[in-house]
Amino acid sequence: MTKSKDLLLKIRDLEIEGRSDETWMPIINGASFDLHKGEVLGLIGESGAGKSTIGLAAMGFTRDGVRISGGSVEFDGINLVTASAAQKRALLGKRIAYVAQSAAASFNPAHKIIDQHTEAPVQHGVQGRKDSESDAIELYRRLRLPNPEEIGFRYPHQVSGGQLQRAMTAMAMSCRPDLIIFDEPTTALDVTTQIEVLAAIRDIVEQFDTAAIYITHDLAVVAQMADRIKVLLKGDEVEEADTATMLSAPKEDYTKSLWAVRSFERPKKAAPAADAVPIVRVKNIDAAYGTVPVLFDVSFDIHAGRTVAVVGESGSGKSTAARCITGLLPPTKGVIEFEGVEMPLDYRKRTKDQLRQAQMIYQMADTALNPRKTIGEIIGRPVEFYGGLKGQKKRARVEELLHEIEMEPSQYIDRLPSELSGGQKQRIGIARALAAEPRFIICDEVTSALDQLVAEGILRLLAKLQDELGLSYMFITHDLATVRAIADEVVVMKDGRVVEQGPKAEMFMPPHHAYTDLLLSSVPEMDPDWLTNLLDARGVDNIGDAAVDKM
Amino acid sequence: MTTWQFLLLALVAIAALGWVFRAVGQSVTGNAPFYRDMPYGVAFGYVLAVAAILGSVWLYLQEGAVFFRWAVQGLIGFSVAAYLFRLLGQSVGPEAMRKLFRQMPLTASFGILVIIIYAILSIFAGPISPLFIAGLGIAAVVLVEISRRSSTTEGHQVVVMIALLTMALFIIMFFVGPLAPHGQEEVFPRANIVPGGDVALGGDPEFPLGTDQIGRDILSRLIYGAQNTVGIAFATTCLAFFLGGTFGFLAATLGGWLDQILSRSVDVLMAIPALIFALLLMTIASVWAPRLGIPLTFFMVIIIAVIDSTRVFRLARAVGTQIVVMDYIEAAKLRGEGLPYLIFREILPNATAPLLAEFGLRFCFVFLTIASLSFLGLGIQPPLADWGTMVKDLSQFINFAQFAPNIAAAPLLAAGAIALLTVAVNFVVDWMLHRTSGLKE
Repeated sequence: MTKSKDLLLKIRDLEIEGRSDETWMPIINGASFDLHKGEVLGLIGESGAGKSTIGLAAMGFTRDGVRISGGSVEFDGINLVTASAAQKRALLGKRIAYVAQSAAASFNPAHKIIDQHTEAPVQHGVQGRKDSESDAIELYRRLRLPNPEEIGFRYPHQVSGGQLQRAMTAMAMSCRPDLIIFDEPTTALDVTTQIEVLAAIRDIVEQFDTAAIYITHDLAVVAQMADRIKVLLKGDEVEEADTATMLSAPKEDYTKSLWAVRSFERPKKAAPAADAVPIVRVKNIDAAYGTVPVLFDVSFDIHAGRTVAVVGESGSGKSTAARCITGLLPPTKGVIEFEGVEMPLDYRKRTKDQLRQAQMIYQMADTALNPRKTIGEIIGRPVEFYGGLKGQKKRARVEELLHEIEMEPSQYIDRLPSELSGGQKQRIGIARALAAEPRFIICDEVTSALDQLVAEGILRLLAKLQDELGLSYMFITHDLATVRAIADEVVVMKDGRVVEQGPKAEMFMPPHHAYTDLLLSSVPEMDPDWLTNLLDARGVDNIGDAAVDKM
Repeated sequence: MTTWQFLLLALVAIAALGWVFRAVGQSVTGNAPFYRDMPYGVAFGYVLAVAAILGSVWLYLQEGAVFFRWAVQGLIGFSVAAYLFRLLGQSVGPEAMRKLFRQMPLTASFGILVIIIYAILSIFAGPISPLFIAGLGIAAVVLVEISRRSSTTEGHQVVVMIALLTMALFIIMFFVGPLAPHGQEEVFPRANIVPGGDVALGGDPEFPLGTDQIGRDILSRLIYGAQNTVGIAFATTCLAFFLGGTFGFLAATLGGWLDQILSRSVDVLMAIPALIFALLLMTIASVWAPRLGIPLTFFMVIIIAVIDSTRVFRLARAVGTQIVVMDYIEAAKLRGEGLPYLIFREILPNATAPLLAEFGLRFCFVFLTIASLSFLGLGIQPPLADWGTMVKDLSQFINFAQFAPNIAAAPLLAAGAIALLTVAVNFVVDWMLHRTSGLKE
């Protein structure tokens, strides 16, 4: 259907270089594609594949320290690589718009949303201020933002993340551009919020027949949005095809491996004996930040050698429950038992051995590892602190731990965290937790900041360690694919309460609690018709936050 | 034609030339992106800069502009020296240092050069005793031995290199002799010798920068001034950082009522104007000092350090609170680590970059405060040579600037020494701040 339409964007042999360490390093090695009017192209790849760089280059723009060294970017017959600043100024914002990953960081917090919305149309002389404001309200209505008449007159911090992302899409639409570049617009959002934004973006792109480049690393998302998909790997094109062809018959090995990630699943374990003493028992805890209560009567057990996944949206109290177990946030009420023994609620009152029993792995490996310490020091500290090992013995133990997390000691032991990739950093976080020789590890969203292939590697490693060392995990996540892969039991939380809990198999089978059902149904699937079917089945008002509000 | 009319006309001419410059550039280069995308303001700026340079050349050639001529010569001289220094740094030394010099702007290389010169002047101003060299040698051997036991082979090599270089420098300087030709307290019978060493103008080649009213050699006192002023300023800044840093990190890590007490007391101290407060305390101290038999300089170091530590406290607390919320601090707390480990091993290494930059700036302020106090007669006491006191003592010679620039140069030399070091340290700090902020994403 798209072939008949006019060619809008033509990129040929695009080569981009970035300045690093006094030399120009290639970032993109010759990318070529066409984009026709009203067509959506999905760009996928791991972080560092050059997706965003291509997205920005499609506007003739490069970040500081990056240059276009070859090839052409032709937008409607104008070569943006050689176009003058004045020419580009007339195009950008008016005919080409950009939607950034983090709307919260991209809006100016000092101005009202609608003032930022009307700026482009007024500057480009498309519309007057009054007309543009009424147009904005119309766009807000079409994007199904609550209170369209009024929401634009708020400041960015006064609306939620999902709403802000939709307001940004409306802003990109303000001049009715021919091309919009969406740079991971839903990556930072919860699943239930994401689905609403996806539906809104798809709807408005279709209504105005806008062409779009949709950049993401989530295959299921791109399957819903794009007409064609292009796969990138480290600046090289891997393959490009229609969405349906790409999903059903990928040609390259790399693409196939991306598709296969979701198939990892652990064998089912036998249920623990009824009289077994759980490693960790959380009994009826309430907790509050200052005077604001956040947890209400939360109880669950974690048995030896098993993984309990705690799922829920951000703000549902998952991480707070973990903070209660570690003792960082002493509960106001309730009991926490380790192997049947009641623990002091405040971590400062726990003994060294009690502290050793429960370790934690964090979501952001960047902030979880001290950037000024070498890997050897980071892992060596708990070895020395708990085990009392020093000198050669300590080094031997650190090397052993590095072997366990499948990293070569001689190569990594003297490196700083900044010299590692995201997945490697996360492995170091795991090694640091293991160094304490704990019985129980809390994994707080350990894979959500990682690419899918890397995340799968981490999950496999955690599973292997569990089998070898008999560890128990409390796995906090909002990604149900991860739950499916690794969990034995599932606890669903909402607004500080446990909504539902039980073995994994039961949780994925109906009937569920209405909220569990919503969570499960909001996880995008690899079927390109999934969103359409879901919208048909439920209607636009019964997905995402709108549905949560009704509960 | 009045001056105002002339200025207005010049501006109009520059505005027109800016437009012409851009148009010519566009047509000559065939619309190269540089000229094509040049905003008019930039073109105007280029022409204005050319006009300013031409104006400077004209002023330089004028008969009476002696001080301007000196300034231009100084600027060119220092730029060439900085350029050569950077070239030297790029071609000798280990690869990491060469790379540092390759990325360095000229201002920073100028700053580093000046700081090195000041450091050498202040360390080797007076005679070095053989005992001192022997002590240094023993200290070096001990240090090398300690590093051999605890550190990796690479770290050990660096320590050995530094120890060897320091020893070599000290031994060479021992044979070269003191850098100051005379002692700082030495009084010669010939007072008020004009700088320049030209006998016809009342100079003396033995005293190239002349002597002051009571016949002390200005060059020697300038060199000793580096030792006294810079040394005391350095010690004061270190003390201020020790106090402010310790309390700042404690406030950030522990929080709660301790943070409140410390922060509010610092607020109270900061509410009093620093120089007036220092003057007040120094006046009190000048009564106490003779009674207790402690030199006034000692009181000055403590007073300035306490007053300046409030600024350091603020910075350390701000940086500390940002680091304390990181997950790796939480991990360390959950491990059961004590407070000293948290502060010195987890927080401090991450706070060094902003603290180091602040150290440079703070050093300048401390240094200027000491010079100001000395100028007012309350700082470093005679017979120690000090730049602030020198400016005060020689200040009346400024009146000769119009007809005898050589004589007026005497007080300006000390003032220039202060200015040069302040500018140099600021250049280096700016560069360091730029580097650390550039490294963050």
